[in-house]
Amino acid sequence: MPQEIMFWEALVRAQDEEMTNDPLVFCMGEDIGVVGGTYKATTGLYDKYGPERVMDTPISENGYTGLGIGASYLGCRPIIEIMSVNFAWLAMDQIFNTAAKAHYMSGGQLKAPVVIRSPGGTAHQLGAQHSARMEKVFMGVAGLRVVTPSNPKQVYGMLKSAVRCDDPVFIYEHELMYNMKGAVPEDEFFHPLEGSEVTRRGKDVTLFAYNISVHWCLQAAEILASQYQIDAEIVDLYTLSPLDRKGIIESVSKTHRALIIEEAEPAVGVGAEVMAIINEECFYELDAAPVRVSAVNVPIPYNHSLEKAAIPNANDVVKAVLKMFGR
Amino acid sequence: MNAKVQASKKLSLEQKKRLLEEMLFARRFEERCYEAYVERKIGGFLHLYSGEEACAHGVIEAANPGSDYVLTSYRDHVHAIKCGVDPKAVMAELYAKVTGCCKGLGGSMHIFGVENRFMGGYALVGGPFPLAAGIAKGIQMKKGKEICICFLGDAANNQGTFHESLNMAKLWNLPVLYVCENNLYGIGTRIDRSTAVVDQYKRVSAYNIPSTQVDGQDVEIVYEAAVEAVEHVRSGKGPYFLELMTYRYRGHSMSDSNAYRPKSEERIWSDRDPIIMLRDRLVEAKEMTIEDYKKMDNQILDQIESEVIKFAEESPEPPLEMLEKYVLVENDPWVKGGRGGVN
Ligand SMILES: Cc1ncc(C[n+]2csc(CCOP(=O)(O)OP(=O)(O)O)c2C)c(N)n1
Ligand SMILES: [Mg+2]
Repeated sequence: MPQEIMFWEALVRAQDEEMTNDPLVFCMGEDIGVVGGTYKATTGLYDKYGPERVMDTPISENGYTGLGIGASYLGCRPIIEIMSVNFAWLAMDQIFNTAAKAHYMSGGQLKAPVVIRSPGGTAHQLGAQHSARMEKVFMGVAGLRVVTPSNPKQVYGMLKSAVRCDDPVFIYEHELMYNMKGAVPEDEFFHPLEGSEVTRRGKDVTLFAYNISVHWCLQAAEILASQYQIDAEIVDLYTLSPLDRKGIIESVSKTHRALIIEEAEPAVGVGAEVMAIINEECFYELDAAPVRVSAVNVPIPYNHSLEKAAIPNANDVVKAVLKMFGR
Repeated sequence: MNAKVQASKKLSLEQKKRLLEEMLFARRFEERCYEAYVERKIGGFLHLYSGEEACAHGVIEAANPGSDYVLTSYRDHVHAIKCGVDPKAVMAELYAKVTGCCKGLGGSMHIFGVENRFMGGYALVGGPFPLAAGIAKGIQMKKGKEICICFLGDAANNQGTFHESLNMAKLWNLPVLYVCENNLYGIGTRIDRSTAVVDQYKRVSAYNIPSTQVDGQDVEIVYEAAVEAVEHVRSGKGPYFLELMTYRYRGHSMSDSNAYRPKSEERIWSDRDPIIMLRDRLVEAKEMTIEDYKKMDNQILDQIESEVIKFAEESPEPPLEMLEKYVLVENDPWVKGGRGGVN
């Protein structure tokens, strides 16, 4: 019987199992030890594994990320929590200049099997410097795997695979999703780090989504079905790098209509990339020009009404679909 | 700008009385923010300054508020007010109203009052260090007499920007005063669990920057140390680092319960409350009575309710058109190649 647990509990379970399995797995991050993590993702691990394997770091993002990468050279498996992606900007040097390139520029001699987890997205009125959506930045750099789980089962299985995978893996989480509940199998399992998943089968239009936007699309699909008799398919692009070309082609070839729903600003984003893939792979399958539903291209304002206006939601998805159908 | 007469090394009686009132106002302001947050009038992250009032007040009092440049972290309301930003505009900002000092776009972590030379609150730990050095560079380029004062927490000193900025500030002899508000914690991590050298002023000596550590709960001591620090920087001798030992009464932010702090430790610090200490001294010196103080407190509470909160409550929200207004500077001719551009 799969058990319903919260997203953060799935993270705790995955890390706990991996730490038990391999003594070289260790966790690092700000306030992850004694406090158990800002979003509780390391609850109980400090007491169980001690300060050498559950390390409270100084506020030195680039420093401890680099340290984790260095340890991974020797076969350690660090799981680095960066409290918020807004702070991951500070670690970009080590993530991009080292983790993403060490294997390549050493001609395959080195591996950097580091896992970096960090929540992004716009939460509730956290303001311009705490509302970044950075998935587009990470997915644009070769040498890094980027996954963005949309439910507890995915994050559990992906974190476990990421720990064992020899590549650096960035897990893009969402600040609003840690208390989201979902079924996770009781038996240990490993989720692929490549691919996509059809979350809802439909025949009229494909909604490509990832992470939190999967949930907006689920709501939108209900409205479209019940009020407008439009049967939407939802494809969860849980891997942003590499994007699942095959999954994209399959769904577009079936529905002939595509929308991409992203939380970030449109420029150079997931939507742009998926559209390019559609163009390259299955342009003649289309019955309508693909559409992206994205954030307004602004830093996120503090005011709640303006903040809501900046970020897409289920209604925006419904409206965009209706427009595509000329309704 | 309103250059003050050279600050004397000791606070005058008049200054002490005014500082008592200002610090009490700051305390009541912050505690009212707490209530407003619980009532969901304020959103986002809210970091309160209660307990640390003597730091901002003692230091900025020793400088020229409104003329010298000040910047800090997300724990920024009180610094802004002490620089002269209207408390009504600060509260309205927290209420996300268009009358707020940043028109409701910034929020608690991003108070700005550039007219009063309060150059902002920043949410990324360590971000302001180099900005302060840069403002000091600007002062130097413009041959100004001002200085720049950068307030940051203890845990921020573990960012690379701390060391990078100290090095540049010393190298280029920049007029910047770094003030470390050492409240012993960075969120839930006690300083000795994150920092190899616990005394922050010692870390600075490697850069040949003069530094001192003083009691940050006693506004008179803070002021005296700050007068020296400010004089040093203003006289062209380059940067200075002032470490103030202090304590925040509340959690790191509203989502933090302080569970990691022993109650005995909290008591030691609350027994040395900056406001009560100054009040008791003035009472003992027969410069005021407890009744005077209570009256002052009631007036402040009344002012916060009938002016500050009222203003924030009654102000309108920003219009939807504002969403895209300040992304880039409006009507800059150079984006079209200047007024005589090819187009
Ligand atoms: C670059 C960055 N990393 C992490 C955080 C999360 N964070 C916010 S405040 C804080 C602690 C800062 O402590 P300190 O500098 O001592 O200031 P205090 O809050 O105690 O005044 C942390 C870790 C952040 N805002 N920015
Ligand atoms: Mg601190």
